[in-house]
Amino acid sequence: MTDSTARRGPRRATRWHLHLILGAAAAFMVVPFVWQLLTVFKSTAEVTRIPPTILPQGYSLHSFETFFATVPFWSMFAVSTGALVLRVGGQIIIAALAGYAFARIPFRGRGLLHGLFLAMLMVPSQLFLIGQYGLIRDLKLLDTLPALAIPGLFSAFGVFLMRQAFLSMPNDYEEAARLDGANPFQVFWHIMLPMAKPTVAALAVLTGLYSWNDLLWPLIVSPAGENRPLSVGLAGLQGQFGTDYPTLMAGAFVCSIPLITVFLVLQRQFFAGIAGSGIKG
Amino acid sequence: MTSSATKLPRRPSGRRGGVSAPNGWWALAFIAPATIGLLLLYVWPFLRTVIDSFQDVPAFGPATWVGTDNYTALLHDPDFWKAFGNSALYTAIVLLGVPVAIALAALIEQVGRGRALYRVLFFLPVVTLPVAIGMVWRFIYNGDFGLLNTVLSWFGVDGQFWVADPRFTIYAFGVVGIWMGLGINLIILGAGLQAIPKALYEASALDGAGRVRQFFRITVPLLSPSIFFVTVLTVIGALQMFDLNFIMLRGVNNTALADSKTIVYLFYEKAFVQFHQGYGAAIAVVLLLVIMIATALQFRLQRSWVFYD
Repeated sequence: MTDSTARRGPRRATRWHLHLILGAAAAFMVVPFVWQLLTVFKSTAEVTRIPPTILPQGYSLHSFETFFATVPFWSMFAVSTGALVLRVGGQIIIAALAGYAFARIPFRGRGLLHGLFLAMLMVPSQLFLIGQYGLIRDLKLLDTLPALAIPGLFSAFGVFLMRQAFLSMPNDYEEAARLDGANPFQVFWHIMLPMAKPTVAALAVLTGLYSWNDLLWPLIVSPAGENRPLSVGLAGLQGQFGTDYPTLMAGAFVCSIPLITVFLVLQRQFFAGIAGSGIKG
Repeated sequence: MTSSATKLPRRPSGRRGGVSAPNGWWALAFIAPATIGLLLLYVWPFLRTVIDSFQDVPAFGPATWVGTDNYTALLHDPDFWKAFGNSALYTAIVLLGVPVAIALAALIEQVGRGRALYRVLFFLPVVTLPVAIGMVWRFIYNGDFGLLNTVLSWFGVDGQFWVADPRFTIYAFGVVGIWMGLGINLIILGAGLQAIPKALYEASALDGAGRVRQFFRITVPLLSPSIFFVTVLTVIGALQMFDLNFIMLRGVNNTALADSKTIVYLFYEKAFVQFHQGYGAAIAVVLLLVIMIATALQFRLQRSWVFYD
């Protein structure tokens, strides 16, 4: 007790410096968001004045009106969400099945096949784009929702992650279920997959993040039309409203809100997902 | 019940749970979806890109084999070397974010109350659409009425056209790259920091070591596997930069765009805008080689500085 009170003095001094440095860094992180929000309420004339105002002179919502009047936000939002759900759901099931087999069911050529998955894991995604585009085009799927999700249904990274999860589990439950007459799929579905929940959550977060943020692939397969996701539509706004900064910032703000909201609700899962698998796009 | 009991001894060599021979069919069913997808959408496209890089592939009509012509053309293409240099410079700048992340991660670790808030604030760019990020920063960098030049003018510093002037473009992108990557790096490094035994700090404090000394003698060496991991991921990610390039240079004057393309932007432009598929494929293959060499080099260098216990 006396020890901790004795320590508190110098510690408090360092705390103060700590928050000063971290606060400055955090300010650097937040300034672009604040600037974006302040701009949203300004008029174009106010924004392009030299020098520009910092705080808006009035709180006009004109920029939001222009944005919603010219951009099919809800349709883009639905496309982004649909592609995400398809991709995350499909990838988890496909990757978990394969990961389980690699971890738990011995079969001929398992090592070789697993090696092939690992090899693809190391190839940068750009090397697949030309072939994937050709396939989607030949299937007449350009400018459709499935086109956005299909390549992402299959992920060597997901298989690898799920395999690691199943490898680390004890055998006991599996044995018990099998003695009760469960077939391998039942064992997988009812026993093993539920135990892999943390890894499934991590994979869902990472895949969802990629899917939502991705620009290059949707730009290639769905550059225009009604099956554009948010990323492509917002990029189009930049071309359309080159200097109407309030509208551009309103668009950037509105399109960023959904994922930021999900993150604020599911912070723990995001952090655990990144820390547990530590991969970034 | 009896059937599985009798099956078990039949394959004593089966690892982990002793699975029986008919399970070969189960295994096939489990791996078939992932394997078919891998072959159709990854292995075949990869091979096709490699093959295309030795071909002339017109938008319509059959491809013709041209040997190493695409690569020869690439090596004599000033645009390619420019893009290569831009990607290398961008990567070097973004790497400066790694020591920043190490220092910030160590500081956040010291915070009791408020730690969660810092982590959330630093993570925000990770969950913001990269397109939106590009738009906001482009506006901040605007030469006439951008926030950066406004702030600089308070200190009597003359502003620049940070994006439109090719002397600054890649540096301007680099700052955004650091800003975007900090959140993920902090989470990975933070996890590494928590694995360091607190007893080490207490023991060294008794020996009279100060905080700075502790940071360099305990934190950095014990964190080095995480630092290495973050460095490798940062390099791989930075070499593939595309989004900022696409968003921030759209409709800007042509010199800035011509001088500031990255490798992946050039690849996108050649393969999917100009439809020089063979040439684009060659760029992609070179990108693969660059990333492989950069990664192998780092694995080589890690022996001298990464500390595994």
